[in-house]
Amino acid sequence: MLAYIARRIVTLIPILFLISLVSFIVIQLPPGDWVTRQINQLKLSGIQVDEGEAMRLTKLYGLDKPGGERYINWMKGILLDGNFGWSFQWNMPVNRLLVERVPLTMSISIASLIISWLIAIPIGIYSATHQYSVLDYVFTFIGFIGLATPGFLVALILAWVIFSSTGFSPLGLNSNQFLDAPMSIAKFLDMLKHLILPLLIIGLSSTGVTIRVMRANLLDELKKQYVITARAKGLRELGLLLKYPVRMAINPIISTVGWILPGLVSGEVLVSIVLGIQTTGPLLLRAVLEQDMYLAGSIVMILSTLTVIGTLLSDILLAVMDPRIRYGGVSK
Amino acid sequence: MSAQSTNNPQVLNEPVPEDSVALGQPEAVLNERFYYASQSELVWWRFKKHKLAVAAAILTIILYLTAIFANFVAPYGIITRWGMRQQEPPTPVYFYREGVGITGPFIYPVTRKADPKTFEWVFVPDKTKPIPIQFFVKGEPYKLFGIIETDIHLFGTGLGNEPVHLFGTDNLGRDLFSRIFFGAQVSLSIGLVGVLISFLAGIILGGLSGYMGGVVDEIIQRTIDFLLSIPTLPLWMALSASLPRNWSVIQTYFAITLILSIIGWAGLARVVRGKLLQLREEDYAMAAQAAGASKWRIITRHLLPGFTSHLIVSITVSIPAVILGETALSFIGLGMQPPAVSWGTLLQDAQNIVAVAQQQWLLIPAAFVIITVLLFNFVGDGLRDAADPYSR
Repeated sequence: MLAYIARRIVTLIPILFLISLVSFIVIQLPPGDWVTRQINQLKLSGIQVDEGEAMRLTKLYGLDKPGGERYINWMKGILLDGNFGWSFQWNMPVNRLLVERVPLTMSISIASLIISWLIAIPIGIYSATHQYSVLDYVFTFIGFIGLATPGFLVALILAWVIFSSTGFSPLGLNSNQFLDAPMSIAKFLDMLKHLILPLLIIGLSSTGVTIRVMRANLLDELKKQYVITARAKGLRELGLLLKYPVRMAINPIISTVGWILPGLVSGEVLVSIVLGIQTTGPLLLRAVLEQDMYLAGSIVMILSTLTVIGTLLSDILLAVMDPRIRYGGVSK
Repeated sequence: MSAQSTNNPQVLNEPVPEDSVALGQPEAVLNERFYYASQSELVWWRFKKHKLAVAAAILTIILYLTAIFANFVAPYGIITRWGMRQQEPPTPVYFYREGVGITGPFIYPVTRKADPKTFEWVFVPDKTKPIPIQFFVKGEPYKLFGIIETDIHLFGTGLGNEPVHLFGTDNLGRDLFSRIFFGAQVSLSIGLVGVLISFLAGIILGGLSGYMGGVVDEIIQRTIDFLLSIPTLPLWMALSASLPRNWSVIQTYFAITLILSIIGWAGLARVVRGKLLQLREEDYAMAAQAAGASKWRIITRHLLPGFTSHLIVSITVSIPAVILGETALSFIGLGMQPPAVSWGTLLQDAQNIVAVAQQQWLLIPAAFVIITVLLFNFVGDGLRDAADPYSR
């Protein structure tokens, strides 16, 4: 088991290196750096900036050094001090900005994933045990739609439908009257009300995938002989179903996390922008629009890294649940 | 098309000249067509059985045609403004008139008035003066494909001061119906161009990876792993935000397409490599090798036909991802920039929930995006079932 985990962590290293490299490229990309932009803006608004001041700012932010050195400095800061750099736009360390929002993004993404499973697994079981029934067709169709429709457009449409039919604005995380209120039960309930819509929408495509995978896997399992044997021995249908074939069919769902999670995080970023939830999404949008590149690059890096780690965790979970993988993995 | 002899496993172990049709004689004449059919014919036959996919394919083609002929389909120009008609709801089209009975389609002219209580604009129809909608009507002059000068539009009122706005107008009084079809030119074509770039990169890098093996394979594989395991949208946002704002529409278009394909190729490359490795081990590939065929010949003549159908499926299902990518980027203001029109830029107007509550028609472009994506998915599903004619 430990050997398996170690092996997976080793394969992670080149990916993490590429992530850091790409994030740094993102930081370097915009034509002109933040200082020249700032100075141009000052000049446009009629304020005189002398060359010395420009030089001072450039030196202060280390913008005069070559790219490689800046990359190493940036990585050193992150790895040794957990310092992601300075946000020019907010004039504070990137860490301070991200400390609240990254956990929010991650918890919303994970909660969406779990909710999508809670919805999709029972539906998948029903569809497989009632193959070709009316509800099976209905669920398959809904799953297909969920798979194909882009979450942010659904968010846009549902936000309008809810707003115009009930007058409740599902935007943001809290209603206006709770914005500055301290945490209370009423505020918490209000937050939940705001969270239901985004959680369902972000999990939409994952729900579609899970219904499909669950249905297909369970159909395969139900045909197998051990199910017939168990039935012949007189086990009750429901107990049998949940104890053997469903357990077998759930394993591959955990392995789909690897390719669902990146889409889920992308979806979270976009849906949060549409619904105005103050996670990393709107922050990233403002950062890239303002060319606040340390902030933007850090968000790209943190979201990518966490996604990759999430995938790793799902692989480990799969190995815990399925001995074939853990032993197969070691023997290779 | 030329793969008929190689796809039948019965003949593969004999070192026969490859181009001769050395198939075993089919017993029933009825089956003859099936046995002699080429791979693409088999795929086509199976695809035709899939009614939903065929319908979706036809609709997709129609959609693309309307985009190509947007100038003709759209009654008005891309930036034509109607001064007194801002935020006008969709013009209702009638087919029945009291006292006359069922007629051709017609509309009533409207005048905009301010509601004395709410100060909102209301559009009051004048029921006494119906205006028939005419087809192939003279309207604004335009150049079809930039060459053919004409002023014939698919439909319209033929009257310069009484327009028909099937999908309403936006805040500047521009006809949404027309703009959706002009926007389709960008939104729909970016899917094709983007996938074409991804496809070329994917097939070259995936092929290299599967063919060369070793270090090259390892590097390409790790890059693919990396691209497939990170959330793409944040990266897309950061990359497209760094495009210079003063670039022309064409420059931005290709830059955005490139950004969207930077990640798209990874999935295709993985398919290409996996299939190459798998087919390389097939008996017929070995047989060809034993018969002394060159590597190039084996790849192009024996392996490629074996997975073209899979490639086509992969391509079809990756088009919507590119379309959605462009829509998402333009929607949040990082993709195409006005005055360029795409479905994403049109949806920018729908960002404000209060505005949408009053002007629901601003969401119509979203319907077009969703329908397009669904259509491609239906076509892709049908193709996937059809791609493997020997499977059942």
